[in-house]
Amino acid sequence: MTETNNPLIPQGATELPLVDIREGSFGVRGSGDTSGFGGLVRRIYLPPAANRPLPGWFEDVVSVFEQALAAKEFKSADVIERVVIDRNELTINVNRQFIKIAMQILRDEPRLKFEMSMGVSGVHYPAQTDAELHAVYHIRSMTHNRQIRVETTAPDVDPHIPSTVDVYPTNNWHERETYDFFGVIFDGHPGLTRIEMPDDWVGHPQRKDYPLGGVPVEYKGATIPAPDQRRMYSR
Amino acid sequence: MTTDNLIFETASDGQETSQGRVYTLSGGDWDQVKAAPAGEAERVVVNMGPQHPSTHGVLRLIVELEGETVTEVRPAIGYLHTGIEKNLEYRTWTQGVTFVTRMDYLSSFYSETAYCLAVEKLLGITDDVPERATVIRVMLMELNRISSHLVALGTGGLELGALTAMFLAFREREIILDLYELVTGLRMNHAYIRPGGLAQDLPPDAIAKIREAIPRIRTGFKDTENLLVGNSVWMARTKDVGVLDLDGCLALGITGPTLRSTGFAWDLRKTNPYCGYETYDFKIPTVDTADTYGRFLIRLAEMEQSLQIVEQCLDRLEPGPVMVGDKKIAWPAQLSIGGDGMGNSLEHIKQIMGTSMESLIHHFKLVTEGFEVPAGQVYQAVESPRGELGVHMVSDGGTRPYRVHFRDPSFTNLQAVPAICEGGQVADLVAAIASIDPVMGGVDR
Repeated sequence: MTETNNPLIPQGATELPLVDIREGSFGVRGSGDTSGFGGLVRRIYLPPAANRPLPGWFEDVVSVFEQALAAKEFKSADVIERVVIDRNELTINVNRQFIKIAMQILRDEPRLKFEMSMGVSGVHYPAQTDAELHAVYHIRSMTHNRQIRVETTAPDVDPHIPSTVDVYPTNNWHERETYDFFGVIFDGHPGLTRIEMPDDWVGHPQRKDYPLGGVPVEYKGATIPAPDQRRMYSR
Repeated sequence: MTTDNLIFETASDGQETSQGRVYTLSGGDWDQVKAAPAGEAERVVVNMGPQHPSTHGVLRLIVELEGETVTEVRPAIGYLHTGIEKNLEYRTWTQGVTFVTRMDYLSSFYSETAYCLAVEKLLGITDDVPERATVIRVMLMELNRISSHLVALGTGGLELGALTAMFLAFREREIILDLYELVTGLRMNHAYIRPGGLAQDLPPDAIAKIREAIPRIRTGFKDTENLLVGNSVWMARTKDVGVLDLDGCLALGITGPTLRSTGFAWDLRKTNPYCGYETYDFKIPTVDTADTYGRFLIRLAEMEQSLQIVEQCLDRLEPGPVMVGDKKIAWPAQLSIGGDGMGNSLEHIKQIMGTSMESLIHHFKLVTEGFEVPAGQVYQAVESPRGELGVHMVSDGGTRPYRVHFRDPSFTNLQAVPAICEGGQVADLVAAIASIDPVMGGVDR
């Protein structure tokens, strides 16, 4: 981990969620680069797991959640993979096998009471081997006026996540959308069909390996390439 | 044998399926349709849309009828999907505003603000946004709530045959659109709110023009109010129509006027304030009828509250910057009107082209490459006219968003259509959907 210059990553920390490994600079490839920038390697990580105890009400939520899991005879170490505090937001990473029971507890436990789901959002991280596909649930407690994020992952080769429609009926369309755009199969969904793309569409457009498409545009004699063919400065 | 007879024969034969005999009818005379042998149970499946004037845009409804009663309804969406979320991943953080403003085109300032607040949260500069920029954001959002609710009331009235409501609402909306044009240069799709502040300051005469418009807008509300509140025809069409109680709202994730029509005063401006909403004096109107008429009353009352917020904004506008001070984020140029339209201000051009090479490099880098945003993810929600508009934004530390997901309230609220329409009359279907006020640009994105 010596290559990283990310101050967020603690010394000796392992298994951080990797986003990307970037080489070079300015997106230049194949030119006679004599600057030495071409040899740069940067690893980009998402924020690391938080240390317990967590600040403020975050600790209440996580410890009550752990107690409720224990009361139902689940080991919290099996269910909760990581707890992240970043930009004053709490993220609980849950193993996908337990996503439904986790949501059930978060909704029904009186000291948690996350009654309302704000839906599912998918994210595709091709660099995270065996956890490429993420399903991100934002849930809100109106009783306690809190909002947290529950995140679960699935490998690309087995893109199955149990459906949470039984717990939060509102996730019905959101799971269909995530299936449509990312190819995550929500097992137990009452009717997992495409929702935005046509029924006979091939591929899942929001995945990172799916090109944006587009055509070059000519304007006053100059040709501007399609958006996904233009130079990218990020990598 | 005439063509008419051919249709008749096809209809009368029908087709044997696993669900019984199915007759497919398209066109023809009703007398002939009726003459077709009636089945044991009369189930009629009607397709409404996606091109239908009274479904609020390209919404398609597959309705199963038993006589005049709706037994099942399934909304089908996706006809206005434009891939905005995917497109954002190929533009800089600043360019993204131009896309998100086109999502929910009736409340574009909300998409812009939610997007920019999320970028600012990722950057950690939420508290650095200048006061003047925040007050202008609030003012535009509240004007936008009025113009959006006016469309909801106007088209809602139109769909029930009350054309006067439409004329009145659009008359007032025009005043507000003129104010947008004055401030942003455009009536819709403004791209005026930018990460870190605003694209440019208010024009010199804007405050006076907005002050002058407020009484006119307020009188306009009164006309709509006098026309529809307590109007027996309007009440007959909307009272006890499209009822959804609090449990239903929470289970289905319904927010906005529909949630508040159950008597629950849930409004993110009060419960999770952003943009300094906790410092404004306003009320959250509620009713407890949970029906279409109640949602209509809430919208009317909210417009008045919004107008009061606009007045408070005008009172607290102090001269000052409208973009963060950090030169690594702030857009380098200010816009101004020149002889050939709007563009970078002449002083700025003079500086980068004539005096300072460093300024030119800085301008070029920031405009083409953009700024980097530290890796991480945030969720930022604002209370749009339709409910909770949430943005889930992920950054990979680069100059472009890694993933932006909009939790659009119209998308989620449309899921309530089967719950509020099934068992009702087919004529009430349109009234109930109008009361949710879905905007398909936001639904499909």
